[in-house]
Amino acid sequence: MGGPVLFVEQLFNGVSVASLYLLAALGLALSFGLMRVINMAHGEMLMLGGYLAYITLQGVPGPLGFLVAMPVAFLGTAALGAVIEIAVIKRLASRPLDTLLATWGLSLILQQAARNICGAIGVEVTAPSWLNGVLAVNSGALAGLTLPVTRLFILAAAVAVLALLALFLSRSRIGLWVRAVNQDRAMAAAVGIDVRRVDLLVFAIGTGIAGLAGVMLALLGPVTPTVGQSYIVPAFLVVILGGLGSLVGTTAASLIAGLFSALVQIFVDVSFAQVLLLVFVIVFIQIRPQGVVAARSRALDA
Amino acid sequence: MRDPGKFAAAGLFACALAAPWILPPYELNVLARCSALAILALGLVLLWGEAGILSLGQGVFFGLGGYVLAMNLKQAALGPGEIPDFMVWSGLDALPAWWRPFANPAIALAGVVLVPAAIAAAYSWLVFRRRVGGVYFALITQALALAFATLLISKQPYTGGFNGLTDFHTLLGFDLGADKTVLVLYWITIIVLALAYFGVRALMRSRYGTLLRATRDGENRVRYLGYDPSPYRVVAFTVAAALAGVAGALFTLHSGVVSPALVGVVPSIEMVVWVAVGGRNSLGGAIAGTVLVNFAKDKVSSALPELWPYALGALFVLVVLLLPQGLVSLVPKWARRGGHAMRNAVAAPGPAVTQPAKPGSAPP
Repeated sequence: MGGPVLFVEQLFNGVSVASLYLLAALGLALSFGLMRVINMAHGEMLMLGGYLAYITLQGVPGPLGFLVAMPVAFLGTAALGAVIEIAVIKRLASRPLDTLLATWGLSLILQQAARNICGAIGVEVTAPSWLNGVLAVNSGALAGLTLPVTRLFILAAAVAVLALLALFLSRSRIGLWVRAVNQDRAMAAAVGIDVRRVDLLVFAIGTGIAGLAGVMLALLGPVTPTVGQSYIVPAFLVVILGGLGSLVGTTAASLIAGLFSALVQIFVDVSFAQVLLLVFVIVFIQIRPQGVVAARSRALDA
Repeated sequence: MRDPGKFAAAGLFACALAAPWILPPYELNVLARCSALAILALGLVLLWGEAGILSLGQGVFFGLGGYVLAMNLKQAALGPGEIPDFMVWSGLDALPAWWRPFANPAIALAGVVLVPAAIAAAYSWLVFRRRVGGVYFALITQALALAFATLLISKQPYTGGFNGLTDFHTLLGFDLGADKTVLVLYWITIIVLALAYFGVRALMRSRYGTLLRATRDGENRVRYLGYDPSPYRVVAFTVAAALAGVAGALFTLHSGVVSPALVGVVPSIEMVVWVAVGGRNSLGGAIAGTVLVNFAKDKVSSALPELWPYALGALFVLVVLLLPQGLVSLVPKWARRGGHAMRNAVAAPGPAVTQPAKPGSAPP
């Protein structure tokens, strides 16, 4: 009793949190790999995805409303992401630290706008009935273990997004361009790839995935103007752990961060787990400053 | 030599001297708080403007300074064997051991500088020695700010939680409510600000300052010349943290409270915008920016609280996009000596995180 069930439950929680970190961090990591900029308003893309899910479910009630909400949230946030890229990030592409500040200003504005439009308290998205159950283990060594279907769904969604993205990057022509720009920007531009357009596309896809993550967050709790904030700082740490713009690295880093937080929480409270995650990252970069997957490059400043 | 904001600074000091006779008490208190914050801003000029290191966690060191002093102020009001009221409410029956040393005013005053400095030195050494910098460093400092603020809130029995520490009465036996004490504290703040100004200026003009700028502009060239950039950065981060600690302690005295609301992610990044508005390479500009932004915040957020986040957000975007060198760059060229202010000119496009080196930026 207790021991193994609690452990497996935390293991599952860890993987579940990791899937949210992954969805939140993928866009950050991809754009960081390409442009070396971090969008501090990325957390607000999660928030926007949540609100878009809420609005869609108002318009399209019923069990299938949720399936409509996902593409709506993806496209809506991707469109806003494209606007942000063109209006701010493109202009600051060579000043990464200034990009942090400018996009953080955007995040403040978006949060306050959400507060004024939708209220500070937040809105509840009712999960469709087919997501409401729990998967319970009734016999064997793990009797008493319950896994909420919502969390399993989020996990499946993260795996699906990852698979689609991997397929897109490895099989499509545009994916080839993205990899080329990621490896050597100047050379890619020299052979005729429109690097600016690749930046824009990747940035929009990345924010779209964040919007999708927002829909998933809406399943777990109310959507508030600051809902993205609790996931975005760990997502930043995931980017640091993961290494430059690599899918494998980001996935591994999400798993590491998620499992670490969940397993540490067996022993300490949530706030201290946050401190320990930071300590873990600091210790980790002592061993592997380049992240889980180091980008191989001959460039000195890579 | 390298201070376009020198005139602004001289003007501000003159105003500060005259302020107690001109300003009504409330505005004087706001000015006193701004002056305390400006000490922190000076550290950011060294760290961000000169060393090119963006810290989104200065609130942590500000908070450490504030809390260390507040621990002394809380204990000064206690009789033997008593503990602060919030500890009683949380069910503690004895003072935590790490509170005790700060009952001694000398240790507390030293701790205001040494605690933030020591933590900053250890933290930045661990990160910089592995050549982690730029955006990574900014994000890691932000995580530090988040962790620190959450820890303060969740450990309520020891830290006062969300409300922080407040209700101070005496400092070194002086009544903090008395008009005379308030005035003396104001003078002390201005004097410390002036000392910090000349101290950081001396650092920037020294050989150390030259090398610090060199690590910002061409880290690898500095390495090839045989210097290890890490110690220079660690020193810059530590000095900035010590100044932040002093600022936090003085701010706590002027505002009468220190709480997690002053040290978290949002306040930490707000500190950067003061410097960005004034001019990240100019000490006078940073002071002016701090005073301007905080007076604006005080006025706007009391009149139209809804509007302040928009204003602050827009300030971030506009300053960074249109005025990367801050308001100081609007000062006419003839008023500046040396005309170096555009040293942070836009870098060449490309993945390089470092700024390009610009020959001739070394001081004569």
